[in-house]
Formats: sequence, C-alpha cells, structure tokens
Amino acid sequence: MAVCIAVIAKENYPLYIRSTPTENELKFHYMVHTSLDVVDEKISAMGKALVDQRELYLGLLYPTEDYKLCRYGYVTNSKVKFVMVVDSSNTALRDNEIRSMFRKLHNSYTDVMCNPFYNPGDRIQSRAFDNMVTSMMIQVC
Amino acid sequence: MEGLTLSDAEQKYYSDLFSYCDIESTKKVVVNGRVLELFRAAQLPNDVVLQIMELCGATRLGYFGRSQFYIALKLVAVAQSGFPLRVESINTVKDLPLPRFVASKNEQESRHAASYSSDSENQGSYSGVIPPPPGRGQVKKGSVSHDTVQPRTSADAQEPASPVVSPQQSPPTSPHTWRKHSRHPSGGNSERPLAGPGPFWSPFGEAQSGSSAGDAVWSGHSPPPPQENWVSFADTPPTSTLLTMHPASVQDQTTVRTVASATTAIEIRRQSSSYDDPWKITDEQRQYYVNQFKTIQPDLNGFIPGSAAKEFFTKSKLPILELSHIWELSDFDKDGALTLDEFCAAFHLVVARKNGYDLPEKLPESLMPKLIDLEDSADVGDQPGEVGYSGSPAEAPPSKSPSMPSLNQTWPELNQSSEQWETFSERSSSSQTLTQFDSNIAPADPDTAIVHPVPIRMTPSKIHMQEMELKRTGSDHTNPTSPLLVKPSDLLEENKINSSVKFASGNTVDGYSSSDSFTSDPEQIGSNVTRQRSHSGTSPDNTAPPPPPPRPQPSHSRSSSLDMNRTFTVTTGQQQAGVVAHPPAVPPRPQPSQAPGPAVHRPVDADGLITHTSTSPQQIPEQPNFADFSQFEVFAASNVNDEQDDEAEKHPEVLPAEKASDPASSLRVAKTDSKTEEKTAASAPANVSKGTTPLAPPPKPVRRRLKSEDELRPEVDEHTQKTGVLAAVLASQPSIPRSVGKDKKAIQASIRRNKETNTVLARLNSELQQQLKDVLEERISLEVQLEQLRPFSHL
Repeated sequence: MAVCIAVIAKENYPLYIRSTPTENELKFHYMVHTSLDVVDEKISAMGKALVDQRELYLGLLYPTEDYKLCRYGYVTNSKVKFVMVVDSSNTALRDNEIRSMFRKLHNSYTDVMCNPFYNPGDRIQSRAFDNMVTSMMIQVC
Repeated sequence: MEGLTLSDAEQKYYSDLFSYCDIESTKKVVVNGRVLELFRAAQLPNDVVLQIMELCGATRLGYFGRSQFYIALKLVAVAQSGFPLRVESINTVKDLPLPRFVASKNEQESRHAASYSSDSENQGSYSGVIPPPPGRGQVKKGSVSHDTVQPRTSADAQEPASPVVSPQQSPPTSPHTWRKHSRHPSGGNSERPLAGPGPFWSPFGEAQSGSSAGDAVWSGHSPPPPQENWVSFADTPPTSTLLTMHPASVQDQTTVRTVASATTAIEIRRQSSSYDDPWKITDEQRQYYVNQFKTIQPDLNGFIPGSAAKEFFTKSKLPILELSHIWELSDFDKDGALTLDEFCAAFHLVVARKNGYDLPEKLPESLMPKLIDLEDSADVGDQPGEVGYSGSPAEAPPSKSPSMPSLNQTWPELNQSSEQWETFSERSSSSQTLTQFDSNIAPADPDTAIVHPVPIRMTPSKIHMQEMELKRTGSDHTNPTSPLLVKPSDLLEENKINSSVKFASGNTVDGYSSSDSFTSDPEQIGSNVTRQRSHSGTSPDNTAPPPPPPRPQPSHSRSSSLDMNRTFTVTTGQQQAGVVAHPPAVPPRPQPSQAPGPAVHRPVDADGLITHTSTSPQQIPEQPNFADFSQFEVFAASNVNDEQDDEAEKHPEVLPAEKASDPASSLRVAKTDSKTEEKTAASAPANVSKGTTPLAPPPKPVRRRLKSEDELRPEVDEHTQKTGVLAAVLASQPSIPRSVGKDKKAIQASIRRNKETNTVLARLNSELQQQLKDVLEERISLEVQLEQLRPFSHL
C-alpha cells in the first residue's frame, strides 16, 4: 500500500510524484527529498558495476505516531530513482511485494520511455503510468 | 443492522451497484475491490470511507453483504450531501440524493456517474442537491467546442419528459437504466445523427454539434464509443454502419457518440466486440492507413521506428500529450516501433481525436493489433472480451467479415503479429534450449556417477600410474606411458572385476584395488566430461599428469608406487586381483623377495598362502635389486654359507622389501607369507637336504631382522636365538651323511624348532595381517577425504 510514489531523474529532479493522502503531500515530498541523499550515498558506495535493483531498504525510517512510513528506493541503470513511501500499519509488506511493485514501476517507466513523444526529462504525464501508479496506491481495506 | 428503507430509485440504483460490484455473481457478497473502487469514486475522503465501512458493519464482518452494501451506499449519499455520518442518518435523512460516484479510473463508474448525474440533471427527478453532472465539467475540459454544450443543454431541455420515466422504470441493473435512459435521449439525439441515416458525412456536420454535445457529456469517460455502439447496435442497426470512420470525415465519430449515449460498463465489456464500431476501421480507412504506412515504411511487414512515427503524427497538430497517449495506446508490444496494425490503430486514434473524440483509456479491441478484421468483431456479439485478448497470439479472428480485402490485409498483419509472437516463442525456445543444454550436460555425469558410487578419483590411480611410469623409466623400462596406460587400465579393469569380487573377502589388497578400480572406471569409461569433472590436476589417460619426481626407490612405502608400476604391469596378464591389490607401499620389498622367491614360492603355493604372495614373487624379479637390500643381503648372508647366501639373498631382499612396506602391512603379510613360504620352503629344503637345512634357520633370523624393526625384532631375537641354536646345531653337522642317529636327532630337533618358528611366524602373520587391514582402512578413509576435498580445490 504505497502512500507516495516518486520518480526522480538522474539530476535529482522529480519526474513524477504522486501521493494519496493529499493532505500530507508536502510531507511526503519532503520525505522523498531526504531519501534522495540516502540513495545517492548508497549509489556511491556501490562503486562496482553492480546496479542494485532493490537497493534501498530503509525500513522504519520515519515512524510517526499514527503510522509507520517505510521508504524504499530503487535505482535503474540510468540513475533514475524510484522512491516509494509505504504505509505499513495495516499490512507488513514483505520484501517481495516491494520488489514486485518496483518492478512494475520500472516496467511502466520503460514503457513511458519507449514513447517517442516523450522527451526524457519531461514530467511523466502518461495516463498508463498514472493508472499503474494509482493501482499501487493505497487500497482501502 | 438497522432497518433500511430505500426509495424505489434507491433500491434500484443500489441493486444495480450491487450487481456491478458482485462480479462473482454470488448475490450475497460483493467483491471488496469493486466496493473500494466505488467508494473511491465517490470522492469522499478516506477517513469518511473508513467510517462508512465501519458503520455499515463491513469491517466487522469482513465482507460486504447486500445489506452492508446498501447501508454503505446510503451512507455515501449522506456523506456526499454533507450530512454527518451516523447510523441514524440512514433513515432520517430524507430525500437523500443517490450517491454519486465519479470515476477517475473506472469507466463504468464514470458512466454511472454521468448517467445518473445526467439523469438527475435531465429529469430533475432528484433533489437539486446534486450538482451539475461531472460530465459537464469534463465536457468543458475535453470538449471540442463550448458551443457544443449549448446544444446539449437544449437537447437536455428537450428530453425532460422522457427521461423522467426511464430511471424508475429502469430494470434493476444499472446498465438497463442506463440503457433506457440513453435510449430516450438517444432517441432524441439519434434523430440528429440519424437525420442522415446514410452512413456518412452529411448529417454528421449537423449531428456533430449535437453529437459532440452528447459526446461532451460522455467525453470525460472512456469508451463512449462503445456505449454508442451498443445503443446504435441495438436501436439503430443501420447507424452501426455509420459508425465506421472515414478519414475524410471523422465526424462520424461524433454521430456515433451521440447515438450511443447509453451503455453500461458491464454490457459494454460484454459486448465490446459489438462496440467496435466506433473504433472499427473501415476498409477505406484501412487502405488509407496502409498507404500512409507505405509512405513511411514500404515494407508492410516492417516497423515504423518511433522517431518517424513521431514526425508523422506531429503533423496532425495534436498536442504532444495527446500524441503521447495515442502512442501508449497503440504501441501494443511496447517496442518503440509501430507495425502496420499499430500504425493503423494510432492513425485511427489520431483521426478520432482530431474530430473531438476523446481518447480511450485503453485501446479498444477493434484497434488491437491482433484484431485486424474489425468488422468481424462487430458481428460477433458472443465474443465478449475474447476478441480483444484471445486473438493476440496470431490467431486469425473469426473471419466472418464479408470483406475479403480486409481479410487479405489481415494476413500480413497477422503474420506480423505472428512474427512478433514467434519471436517471443523463439525466445522462449531459446531459453528452453539453454535448459536443454544443461540437461544434456547432466546426463554425461550421471553415467559416471551411476557406474561408480565412489566419486571419480582419477588422480590417485593416475598418480600411481605416473609414478609407476616414472619408476619404470627410472628402472630402465621402455616408455611406460602407453604401455602403462594400457596395462594399468587393463589392470584396473581386472582389478575392478576382481576387487569387486574379492573386496568382500576383506582382502586388504583387494580393498585398495577396488578403490583403484573405481577410479579406473571413470578413466576407462569416462567421457571427457568425466575427466573434466575429475580433478583438474588429472587428465585423461592419454595425457598423464606430470610424473612426480622420482622417489627414492628403496625407501618409503608410498614411493614404492614403483612397485605398483611393476605390479600392475607384471600382473597385467595374470589377472590376479592380488596383483592390483598391491598397495603402493608394496614397494621393492616384495619384489626383491619375490625375485629370488618365485621359483621357490611357486612350488610352495601349495602351502595355501595368499595368492597375492605369489604375485609378489613375480614382481620381484622385475625390480632391480636395490643396493641397500643387496647390502642387507650381503650383511644377512654374511653369516651364512655361500649356499645360504643365495637364499639369504632372497630373504634379505624380501626383508628389505618388507621393510619398505612399513605402511603397507599387506606387504608384510605378503612378505610374511612369502617368508613363511620361504621359510617353509627353506625349512622344507632344509629338512630335505641336510646340507641345506642349516641354511634355513640362519636365513630366518636374518630375514626377521631385516624385515620389520617393530614387530619382528623381538621375534627375530627369539628366532635368532633359536636359529642360532639351530645354526649351531646344524653347523655341528658338517655333512649329511652323518650317523643316522645324529641325523635323526638333528632332524627331530630341527623339526621341533621349525614347528616353533612356524607357530611364531603364524602369529606374526596374523598380527601383520591385522595391521595391514588397519592401515588399509586408514588409507581408504584418507582417500575418501581426499576425494571430498578435491572438488573443492578445483572449484
């Protein structure tokens, strides 16, 4: 149950940010921003040619009172970062689920990239991408 | 739950929604996912939704039963009208409008919303609480022209009467309500588009405004065309033909839209094939598209790269965002290139969009690459979504279409799609081939594995072989490699056979040979794979590993692989397990002992000694005499007469050989056996020939001394004493032809002594045999460990 999903370009500007509880949007944006530092740190630490698909398991990074937010990161080979904030209060999301979500995100992002009308660096305005992200967002109950 | 009273409209609406959510047709429980979608479409804050769910009892029950669902819907309506959410509010709030569900992602809900909102709007049957239909707003967003709204409103004004009746008379399913409702307005609207029942363009100009208005209402929702299609299909069959689009006048779409104002999501999906009309590509259109395709890509089976397609479609002056969406829809396989089908679909969408037709959220089935023959799908009402999805794998759609040209066109496109799919299959097959390769490799191994329970141990035997080879060369033998390789292999084979037979007997020699034989098997049977799997150090038989440095011949047991060499080579022809069984330690001792001994021992075989002892004698002659042993021999023989020297030579040779086989007690056993043989032999001749008898005892102590430092020494001492006595006694008898009485006494004494020595030797023999067994067991265990370790070292 993702609460917020963000796609960050290589230059660390957002290509796509979407969060469900709109009232906390700014907070989520801030969380995504702070997580970028951690992502960059991990990237530089990797060094070798390994590109870790599932690389940023932050776990309980930001435990708030009402719910725990786990932030997960995912970096593609082109240094495009996906950051997902997950509300883990209801279900303890397993690692596999997170990975599958990232995989879906990656696939959708690839599809967006394949579109010749999409200029890399533009904001992602693909409806298909939106639909996919929406499907991953919070599903009540 | 509290009693829930619903008005008729509410009842119907709720049951519609329930059946909508009840995709599993359980009639009792609604699918939670659908319910959630519905609630989300209600545009209520999440906490409100949660509250609603709690109130209706679904959270308690865990599912949405009909009553819960109805209560929830009522609560949604309550919430939407701004009333606080309370259980009592279910029944207390009067004139509650129907809950509004605005779809963001779901066509059905959007249609629901639009229909009901339009219902409320048009009919005014509901309280005016409900704001203007969201469709209106969306109309403003997506509509082509604002003025279209006005005609729409006028149209709405025209239809207040008819629609009023419809919702209440609508059948329980919302689709039906929709349908009827749409029918009425479509009845009104269709007049306009149907004003030109002729399929095409003339009426459309007029109808366009109205249709676009009507469309505008639905424009926000995804496949209005299907709806229209359906309606047109049901109500105005002739108009279905109108729905085909013509590149010349895309206005068709608008008429189509107006006509098909009523459809529900379920029925749309069910009859999606019949809805293809608005999205269906006529032959003319298709031909036009194909021609356009050719201008870019002459090869009809080829692809249009993304960049070229981008340029082409940019010429249509549509906004990039729209084009991007069109691309997403039309690039079915997401490869960044357009096939003919995809291109036609994209072109069709561009044409539709240019006529104000909103882009669908998902690609209509008719435009899907596999569905080349679009007209067929229209006729096939019984193929709900199958046409869309099942046809994908290069299946020819049911070719009921009367139009052959489209069929002809389908084939290349089918081929294209089939090619696409074939490529997929090829990929899969390639992966399969990969796996097959793996499986192919596997069987090679099991062969060896099956044959030998013991893992391949090439090296030891080979090393032995090489050592033997080395020593052979060192011993001035001809190039051992080939003969050795051959012979040891033969030996190993024989050994294998023999060892398998004899191993059970517990013969230590056999045990060793069996292990060797196991290792030899892979060598012989083995494929290269086997050999490769065996240690990297080991090479196939043909390429013997670098022979180990020549080892000091007379000394250590291991180095006595020389003897193994000779043993194997010698015993090749003999096919005696005992030959193979000679442990590496077997070394020179048996050989020297055997060398002199064979003549002696063979006749003595009757003694019942182990056969391998006989082999050892055979080996002995092949080995050169070791200087040390010769020294020993000299030393040993120094005490003996010249006649005795010969035998002493034998024995010292035996003894030193036995010495060399410290670790290999088998040798000792053999040696002891041989010694016993020799001794017996010696004793026999000693007994036989007086002259020689004195020789027998003396060699015994000599042998003993040289034989083993450990065990035999004490015995040697004893025997030396005895033998000394014997020698003294015997020496006292210079010649045989003494007085018979003396001879008899001497003979008897010697007999006694011999018997004593016999017993002692027998004991010694048993002890040595025990030692040999122990050592062999140790060796086997060590070898097993080595084998286990070896693969790791080579990994």
